[in-house]
Amino acid sequence: MKTAAQFSVSYHQFLNAKGALAEPPPGLDLPALVPVYRTMAFTRAFDARAVALQRTGQLRTFPSSLGEEAATVGLASVMRPDDVLLPTYRETGAFLWRGVTPVEIFLYWAGDERGSAIAGPRGDFPISVPIASHCGHATGVAAAFQYRKEARVAVCVLGDGATSKGDFYEAVNLAGVWRLPAVFVVINNRWAISVPAARQTACATFAQKAIAGGVPGVQADGNDAVAVRHVVGQALERARSGEGPTVVELLSYRLTDHTTADDARRYRSADEVSAAWAEEPLVRLRALLAREGLWTKADEEALIADNQARLEAAVADYLATPPQPLTSMVDYLYAELPAELVAQRAELAAREGGHHG
Amino acid sequence: MADLTLIEAVNLALARALEDDPDVVLIGQDIGVNGGVFRATGGLAARFGEERVRDTPLAETVIAASAVGMAVEGMKPVAEIQFAGFMYSCFDQLINHAGRLRTRTRGRLTCPMVLRTPVGGGIHAPEHHSESPEGWLAHIPGIKVVTPSTPAAAYGLLLAAIRDPDPVVFLEPTRLYRMLKEPVADDGAALPLGRAFVRREGADITLVSWGATLVEVGQAAQTLAERGVSAEVVDVATLRPLDSATLLASVSKTGRCLIVHEAPRLFGAGAEIAAQVASEALMSLVAPVGRLAGYDTVMPLARLEDDYLPSAARIVAAAEALMAYR
Repeated sequence: MKTAAQFSVSYHQFLNAKGALAEPPPGLDLPALVPVYRTMAFTRAFDARAVALQRTGQLRTFPSSLGEEAATVGLASVMRPDDVLLPTYRETGAFLWRGVTPVEIFLYWAGDERGSAIAGPRGDFPISVPIASHCGHATGVAAAFQYRKEARVAVCVLGDGATSKGDFYEAVNLAGVWRLPAVFVVINNRWAISVPAARQTACATFAQKAIAGGVPGVQADGNDAVAVRHVVGQALERARSGEGPTVVELLSYRLTDHTTADDARRYRSADEVSAAWAEEPLVRLRALLAREGLWTKADEEALIADNQARLEAAVADYLATPPQPLTSMVDYLYAELPAELVAQRAELAAREGGHHG
Repeated sequence: MADLTLIEAVNLALARALEDDPDVVLIGQDIGVNGGVFRATGGLAARFGEERVRDTPLAETVIAASAVGMAVEGMKPVAEIQFAGFMYSCFDQLINHAGRLRTRTRGRLTCPMVLRTPVGGGIHAPEHHSESPEGWLAHIPGIKVVTPSTPAAAYGLLLAAIRDPDPVVFLEPTRLYRMLKEPVADDGAALPLGRAFVRREGADITLVSWGATLVEVGQAAQTLAERGVSAEVVDVATLRPLDSATLLASVSKTGRCLIVHEAPRLFGAGAEIAAQVASEALMSLVAPVGRLAGYDTVMPLARLEDDYLPSAARIVAAAEALMAYR
């Protein structure tokens, strides 16, 4: 017997849960981690506020990203502005880093389409709720970049559960065959609602699912912002230089419910969650920055105050946003209003008059 | 002006679109060197390069999804699904993404893609190769659904579909691919989408149909004429958005309406047309709105296929039953 082929999946961690930085990647830019930390902290504050708004009836169902801030902010922080992000729905940190406003994010989770009519980044895809169905959009976007010879990358973010769907395999396979400038980032937060990773796959890693598509798969500690930036940065560089796609698995943990409509106590133990808190991403990054003289107690206090002030203003703007006209239901269906919708539009306009006239 | 078959007209329109617009790219299974299983893309890879006429892996979902991604990024992808029976896995993309991206981003992102696929029975192909999915597709908000019935219509409507700013599913009647020829000018002129075409003028009854079934409808109209009944034939051509005005004007003139299609009758596209005629042209009707469709069953395999499809004789009989109303 001979071995026909052999594969391996590398694992990357630099900043461990205790805040120790072992063998930093070459050329590590420590000051660049300060804005990363700031956005991670803002993301956590945003999440808490969004949950509070939902609990008081001022927001609809919301999926907190508590515990996943290093993954989401980290991956976005190494993208270029003109790369395209194709998210699922738990990447609030990435949205905030790329310039989506808190008001827009609130609006989306309030059930208002204007939350996806973001002012920037203009080419980013909106939140994609049907699991993994956006993976093939990334291959299409990447194919457009490749065809136009643009040095841009499509970055598709998905969860551990999404890797069970054929859409993911089809997209990774096509990206491999066409050598597309795409990066698939699997944020493995260990739980797809109530189903743990071990019942999602028999694979030892989610990264190895790339190998079947002829694509490299790498794994990193997704709570280590240094590792996230390193592995996603390398994948982006590979894609940008024409070497093709990568699947990156970021190991993290969903420290809270799937959404505000979920109760995670039904399916996992408090002990497990407590243990995961010891691995969370903010404390270790703050410890590193403090040790390097890049972050002080005063900085932290100022950041907390600043985040609260930004959120107060955003919540006020969000709550003051006037409703959309009823006619907006039909006005964006096609570039031109077809005859079949003219009467319905008129009816909506008349109802509008009745409501608000 | 050359006499072309419908498949040649499709090829000519694709070549014209590739020639005119560098953003047009074709993707699909076996469309490159092989030119597609029906040769719709024959010669195009050699002429325009394999980057623009691009073979995909055998994976319909990612073909549709990639077309969405390319379209959002500003290209004009034309994706081929080899047979309509294989496009059902693309419905997720059409319903959840292509049809609603413009709406859900309030116009920030748009999806000017075309999904082409051969449809319908009559060539005695294997299982799943003879489907008529237009009713399901026409129920999707944000999608346009177009089906040509002649080579010239195929050329003009396909160019319109490719140039349209919204997603279009373009259903090519397999049975017509090589059935008839007509002169087609490669003038780059598109036909309008959302417009029904009166294929034959008449005074006594309106026969409404689309795609390949118009062949039998035309034969039936001829037979009816020989028996003293003047039938008007309306080719719907675009099911969504539907040109209700043309349909209603015809029925208002004739007072009778028979809708003929190959897909099953229950909840089919004919039901919507019948409902519109019943509610908007009631006072013109001298007979109930008739529907002659495929049976409400699974599309039979080759041996029973001809008995499933609406025949000219059955169309004549159905029309004559409506003519009995005075």
